Order: sequence, then structure tokens, then C-alpha cells
Amino acid sequence: MMARVVHAIQCIGCPIGCGGEVAVEDGVVAEMTGFTCNKGLAYAAEEVVAPKRMVTTTVRVSGGGLPLLPVVSATPVPKDRIFDCLRLLRGVTVVAPIAEGAIIVADALGLGVDFRAARDIASL
Amino acid sequence: MREFSYDVAIIGGGPAGLAAALAAREAGAERVLILERDRELGGILQQCIHNGFGLRRFEEELTGPGYAHRYIDLVKATDIDVWLDTTVLAAEPGGVITSVSPHAGLTVVRAKSVVYAMGCRERTRGAIRTPGSRPAGVFTAGAAQRMVNMEGYLPGREVVIVGSGDIGLIMARRMTFEGAKVKAVFEIMPHSNGLTRNIVQCLEDFGIPLYLGHSVTAIHGKDRVSGVTVSKVNDKLEVIEGTAFDVDCDCVLLSVGLIPENELGRAAGLGLDPITGGARVDQFRQTSIPGFFAAGNVLHVHDLVDWVSEEAAIAGRSAARHARGELVASGRQRSVTAGEGLRTVVPQCLSAFEPGKMSVRFYFRAAKPMGASLLQFWADGALAFERKLRVVKPSEMIVADIPVRKIGDAATLEFRVLPAPEKIDAEDEIEEEA
Ligand SMILES: Cc1cc2nc3c(=O)[nH]c(=O)nc-3n(C[C@H](O)[C@H](O)[C@H](O)COP(=O)(O)OP(=O)(O)OC[C@H]3O[C@@H](n4cnc5c(N)ncnc54)[C@H](O)[C@@H]3O)c2cc1C
Ligand code: SF4
Repeated sequence: MMARVVHAIQCIGCPIGCGGEVAVEDGVVAEMTGFTCNKGLAYAAEEVVAPKRMVTTTVRVSGGGLPLLPVVSATPVPKDRIFDCLRLLRGVTVVAPIAEGAIIVADALGLGVDFRAARDIASL
Repeated sequence: MREFSYDVAIIGGGPAGLAAALAAREAGAERVLILERDRELGGILQQCIHNGFGLRRFEEELTGPGYAHRYIDLVKATDIDVWLDTTVLAAEPGGVITSVSPHAGLTVVRAKSVVYAMGCRERTRGAIRTPGSRPAGVFTAGAAQRMVNMEGYLPGREVVIVGSGDIGLIMARRMTFEGAKVKAVFEIMPHSNGLTRNIVQCLEDFGIPLYLGHSVTAIHGKDRVSGVTVSKVNDKLEVIEGTAFDVDCDCVLLSVGLIPENELGRAAGLGLDPITGGARVDQFRQTSIPGFFAAGNVLHVHDLVDWVSEEAAIAGRSAARHARGELVASGRQRSVTAGEGLRTVVPQCLSAFEPGKMSVRFYFRAAKPMGASLLQFWADGALAFERKLRVVKPSEMIVADIPVRKIGDAATLEFRVLPAPEKIDAEDEIEEEA
């Protein structure tokens, strides 16, 4: 017997916001309905099997004109590892000056995702 | 008091001010100045550390600071003057701008053209009249965003969010990331005011409930917030007896809308649009005072910064042309109205077209959510142009280019949005190129 599970997915690919369903049989996408473009199909398929999100947060700065540096994941992070990444970043302090795009944490938790500086921060 | 003179002076150095300055310089204004009251350029974007900016403008998803950085670099590569820590106190007809700063004191700038780019501010509790005492722990969502993202402290641990505006949704996720517990978002309207992507990524991802059709009727607590009382509302937004319940919290964030920061315009006697809260402008973004232009959130509240940059470029270009005496004398102005199904339209009036102009871009806000719809343009009471829209949401601006030949010289111009008679296919909808 195959296990068929149907997930309701809301596409976030564009403002139209199609709602659709993805049927998964034994961990494999079997059928998708309701998504009206390829971007939506790709999003929905990934969303049921391995959902990912971009992560943005801040890390502490020492010796800078601002106390915090915003950082962003260079690529999306698996959804169930978001809080692990946040915990890791909470322990990070960087020293000013910092240039936008600088790698703050490389290959976070071995996920293959770098976290980069989202802005410049001058030193005091 | 020191005096300076410029061709184009821009008040506010957020995305609108930056794009206006660049466009003015490119259009041939020799001396361009940005006056910004903050210690750095970039405006509200500097505190919006989430990503999702610039999908149209740069075809990339940037963070707020990342988007601002692109424009700041472009401005730095020019000879545009930037005065930071400089607050404009008045801008009077004739182009006399009075500003104050800690390093230069009181200063007067005489400008041939002025662009208003002061952005918007958040509605506060007074504006929505939530009863209760005034305990600590009640903040606007944007103020909380600044605290968490730029100053580094958390405004509370157990949070209730009032209103489903995008800033509130973004802050629900942000506070969750910082270890707070966001208990619920309460929205009085039957629909959300935020972008769908924010509802999914900021609430559903973390199991934060969104209650539509619910009003926070009281905020409790003596020194510090201790909770709120919430009730269901009916379709007239009146509280339904017997539906009240309490939620404990130590922090309430208000995300109940934005209003253009228009004190300077009001003081100068600008003609205002009572619905947008911004100036009435023509297609050049010129206000009722000749030589005064407006763009960005000070003109009408935008949800996408990409449209802000685009609109500001129009204002900047027009300001440069006005400074050189090239902007066609506005001539007879025709008003444009937002009819059935629509709440706002910008521009609100049309001046004589530039020679060779093919189309005019209009921005609309819908009055209520609708499925497949038709956007109609009526000229002198006759249907002149129609476009299909697959979906209509008040939270997402509608943008449409209307061909100049369809506008012609009709005296009354009106837009409407009606339900479409049949379902619309993806191929039928034409997206405007940003
Ligand atoms: C919290 C939040 C989240 C958002 N999220 C997104 C998103 O995910 N994607 C997206 O595309 N868009 C988003 N937006 C929208 C976008 O960021 C704004 O529409 C845009 O920043 C508006 O630009 P602006 O230049 O008109 O205003 P602002 O950025 O507010 O800039 C106005 C500037 O004027 C200055 N100023 C005001 N008064 C004076 C004065 N008297 N003298 C001198 N200077 C003055 C202010 O200091 C400020 O720097 C978001 C907006 C907010 C508030
Ligand atoms: S499926 Fe395509 S059209 Fe529908 S919301 Fe997703 S991206 Fe937009």
C-alpha cells in the first residue's frame, strides 16, 4: 500500500498568491494542482519535500559606529535548521570596519550556506 | 545665517530622495542637494533587515540595507551634495528651505525646484483609539523594528500584534527569532493588510495565529502591559457581545497603517488628497505649488520600494526640467478620479503631455479584495481602455500604463475596478515592466 498525503500549499512566488495542493506518495511528489506557473510548481514541490527560507538577523559589532550588523544567508536555509543558525549567530561578534558582502560565518553548521554582511559598518 | 543656492533640493534621503537626486542630476540639473535628518542615508530601509527588496528593480532579492546601499553608492559616485543630521524646518513657495543641524546651525537654501521625499510615519494608538490606560510596553511595529535591528534590545517577551500590516508581520518573525513568544496577530478587517508572502513566511512558518475580524478592545496593565481583551467584530466592524477573551502579554505592537509625513507640505499650503494623505500631483509628480514635487511614501504609501524608486525618478527628472525652465507650462489640468472598486489613484491630475509621450503610468489601491477583475478607464463617460487583473488586493498596489492616445483630450477621467465576467488565464494579464 502506498501512503498518499495531500498538502495544501500557498505559493509565495508572486502577488497572485495561488493556493494549491501537492500530493506526496512515499516521499515523492505525485501530483500538483492549483499552481499556474513553473515558478509556483517548483516552489510547491520543494516546499513539501524540503522547505527552505532565506534567514536574516543581526550579530554584535565591537568598535563600530553601530552596535549591530545585519546579516543575510547567501542562499536559503532548510526550514528546520533556521533556529540552529540563529543560535550560532547569536554567539558571533565582529570587529568594525565591515564591508557589505563580507562573509561573517562560512558554511554555517556544515549546511553549505554562508552568512554575509548586509551593509557596511565604519569603525568608531 | 548661511545661504546656499541649488537647482534641485531634495528633502529626505531614503530610497525616494536618492532616486530623485540621481534622476535630477542625470536630467541635467547642475547643483543637486539632499537634506537628511538622520546620521546616514537610506531612510527606513536601514532598519528593514529582512530580504525581499528589489525584485523588480534589480531582479534580485536584497535586504533593505542592501537595496539602500546600491543607491547610496550611485549617489556617492556623483557630485550630488548630501547634508546629514540636517532637519528641514520649512520649505516655502519660491523654493526657500530652512534647515537646522548641530554642525551648521540654521541654514537657508534657495532652490529652483524642491522634491519632497520625507517618507511616512506609523499610525499610533491615538489614531485607532484603543481604550485603556497607558502602560509601558506598547510600541508601533516600526519603533520595535528599530530597537531590535539597530539598537539591540527586545521590547518584550510575550507579544501581541494589533493589525496585520507588513511591518507587524515582519516583526512577528523577527521577535520570534530573538526568542520572544508572539501569541497572536489581531486584524479588525475580514482580510489581511499584509502581503501573502509575509503571512506565510512570518506567521504560518512559526504557527503564529492570525485572527481576522477581531478587535483589541482594551489594553491592560498599570505600569507595564499585562494583557489585552479581544472581541470578534461584525461586518460593520462593531464588537459582537459575548465574544470577548483575554490574552496575557508584556508587549503590544501596533501595525495599523502608515501616514505620509506631510507637515512641511501642509505648512506650505500644498493641495492634499484626503485619502492618500499626500499631495495631489500630476504625471510629473508636481504638486499644486509650481516647482514643488513629491515622491515615495510622502506622496502615497507604497508596499514595494521598487515602485518608490521609479516614481522618485519621475519627480527628480521633472524637478531638473523645471529648474531649467523646460517643464511644459502645466496648462489646463484635468482631474483623474478613483471610481467604483478603487480607493486611490496617483497621479490625481494630468497636465499637458510631453511631446512624444506614449503612455502614462497610474498607481491604484483597491477598496476591497476581489478575484479576477477588470480595470477600466473611462474618458468623458465612455469606456476607453480595459485591462484584466487576475486578482485584486488592497494591500498590493495596482499599476497600469494607459496609452496617451486613449486619454486624448477628454475632460473627465475615471478608473474603476469591476468583477470580471469570466476567469482570466495567465496569458491574458499584461504585467507592467518596472
Ligand atoms: C517596516 C517596513 C518594511 C518594508 N518591507 C518592504 C519589503 O519587504 N519590500 C519592499 O519592496 N518594500 C518594503 N517596504 C517599503 C519601502 O521600504 C518603503 O516604501 C520605502 O522605504 C519608502 O521610501 P521613502 O524614501 O519614501 O521613505 P523613507 O525610507 O521613510 O525615507 C524618508 C527619509 O526622509 C527623512 N526626513 C523626513 N523628514 C525630514 C525632514 N524634515 N528633514 C530632513 N529629512 C527628513 C527621514 O529621516 C528618512 O530618511 C517596507 C517599509 C517598512 C516601513
Ligand atoms: S504559482 Fe506562479 S502565478 Fe501563482 S502565486 Fe506562484 S508564482 Fe505566482
